[in-house]
Amino acid sequence: MVELPTPRRGEDPYLRVTDLRVRFDTEDGVVKAVDGVSFAVERGRTLGIVGESGSGKSVTSLAILGLHNAKRTTISGEISVGGRQLVGLREEEIRRLRGRDMAMIFQDPLSALHPYYSVGRQIAEAYRVHHPRAGKREARSRAVDMLGRVGIPQPAKRFDQFPHEFSGGMRQRAMIAMALVNDPDLLIADEPTTALDVTVQAQILDLLADLQAEFRSAIILITHDLGVVSQVADDVLVMYAGRAVEHGSVERVLRAPQHPYTWGLLSSVPSLHGDADADLVPIPGNPPSLINLPSGCAFHPRCRWAGVNGDRSRTEIPELGPAGAPGHLVACHLPVAARERIYRDEVAQVGVAR
Amino acid sequence: MLRFVVRRLLVAALTLVVISLVTFGLFFAVPSSPAKVMCGKNCTAEDIAQVERRLGIDQPLPRQYADFVGGVFAGRTYGEGDFRQDCPAPCLGYSFRNNQPVTEIVAQRAPVTFSIVLGGAVLWLGLGISLGMVSALRRGTAFDRAAIGVTLAGASMQVYFFGLILLYLLVYSTGLLPFPSYTPLTESPARWAAGLLLPWMTLGFLNSALYARLSRAQMLETLSEDFIRTARAKGLPARQVHTRHALRAAITPIVTIAGLDIGTSLGGTFITETIFGLQGLGKATVEAVQFLNLPVVMATVLLAAVFIVVANIVVDVLYAVIDPRVRLG
Repeated sequence: MVELPTPRRGEDPYLRVTDLRVRFDTEDGVVKAVDGVSFAVERGRTLGIVGESGSGKSVTSLAILGLHNAKRTTISGEISVGGRQLVGLREEEIRRLRGRDMAMIFQDPLSALHPYYSVGRQIAEAYRVHHPRAGKREARSRAVDMLGRVGIPQPAKRFDQFPHEFSGGMRQRAMIAMALVNDPDLLIADEPTTALDVTVQAQILDLLADLQAEFRSAIILITHDLGVVSQVADDVLVMYAGRAVEHGSVERVLRAPQHPYTWGLLSSVPSLHGDADADLVPIPGNPPSLINLPSGCAFHPRCRWAGVNGDRSRTEIPELGPAGAPGHLVACHLPVAARERIYRDEVAQVGVAR
Repeated sequence: MLRFVVRRLLVAALTLVVISLVTFGLFFAVPSSPAKVMCGKNCTAEDIAQVERRLGIDQPLPRQYADFVGGVFAGRTYGEGDFRQDCPAPCLGYSFRNNQPVTEIVAQRAPVTFSIVLGGAVLWLGLGISLGMVSALRRGTAFDRAAIGVTLAGASMQVYFFGLILLYLLVYSTGLLPFPSYTPLTESPARWAAGLLLPWMTLGFLNSALYARLSRAQMLETLSEDFIRTARAKGLPARQVHTRHALRAAITPIVTIAGLDIGTSLGGTFITETIFGLQGLGKATVEAVQFLNLPVVMATVLLAAVFIVVANIVVDVLYAVIDPRVRLG
């Protein structure tokens, strides 16, 4: 068992995921969507999970909420939320936690809200599920209150409007109001700004940060946008093909990245400070099939430095291990010295990376 | 919402005017002499002219149409001299073959068809939608496969085959049910239901197939929607997710098809009526066609069109009630 980034406030993390494995049985074979991922999030802190589509980031968050189809999914490992072990818990018991202790914000608020019910009704419904004794009026005033708190003007009037009558940013605010209506201790935001205009993105991220300060919840922010991560996350987990490849504080992972995949992600982000004429450097190739993973390090077919260390990257799966600074972990066979030299001489130089 | 309904009603009224013009034209303008047809073989030219005068078809065509429309709204009088027949509003014509205003014939026949169709529709919608929904929720299980198999059998069977089997099993060989007959609902609800149970079961089983398949497919599609995941993420119990969130969204296309289905059937269910010996609109239409009883044919064709138009309006309004996004348009 590897050492996780150490808690900084001396309290037990609210969410602790240990050696999580999620498998789907399909007709083509077993999909290893998540394969041995561990992390922890304290209250008041934000963990960014980064990776391409198919890296297992969304599957991980759905596993925490217990939203996978139980018949076709095998989940093992441990998911501890507020001290309760969720893996193997009965659906009815997980259901009681969902929306109350842990809530989720989805990527596209237009399709994530029911088109036939008013926005307010959907928020009030989320409140009443977990407050069965609350009357209609109480749920309504609570929902109006939440709509106001997420910055929707005239919340009492907006309560009765339908999702299609809201703008994209307002819809995502309403979605956030719905997720926070029961004061959850854990909030999972799955690409909350991907479907929004860039200007609205910043507003939503600010809103999340403000609400976190107010509610002191633990937040997992799933994104493929490293800009978003640098803006709001405290810690970062980089995932590739269902495994964690790099994990550490946001300063370390973004300023001194250790994994070639992280380098690739950073090099493909445009920067205002770099050379305007320099080309972005995309990661060559495509994410691998999760049914038929490459041997050894799953990233090796796309890694320029896979051969540096002989055959190890092709034959042996790298374990997550210390990467210099405390709490910074990386899963790569490159020797520390080689990693630092390559990053300094070949990657950081390119200029588009920060 | 009110503007929406008013606009739909105006469009519907226009549609009906067009349909009445077309049917009117087809039946009174195209045949060389409807009077000759109605009068029979041994008619002199004099007789035919008399019939024409009595029917009002000696008048120019626009005048005839105006008379017809006037009859629908204000009633009219057929015939001349000492031969006069009153046809009170809504007058759909006068059948000299039956010696009866067409409206009276329709008023006798329509309740029979209405009873058959509405009772059957309750069965086929209830059975079909619940079967489809449960199949979708238990996708891939033995229940799902059995339901799909049974509904396939239903879809591939014919009313005259299945109806006769039911008739044999439930009436002739076991006597569990009386032979179908029509008793007005107002007279005795129990006898009304008992007499129509067999046609209801027949239509219910055969038509439920389509609805079971449709609602299964709709339900499966809806269950994979993002908003269903949201509903589950809120912590809603499965039952509420399935009914309040999934079924509500899946039902929209079913409403469309059900509305048109019912509207079409109200115009007449000839085969069902014939097998079970019920005197409904379908039988009236076919008999009228056989005997070239043109006023009745025209009235039933027009009526069938009215049912479909009305069903369309009902569907449109239901749509707006179900889906708030429609109300804007």
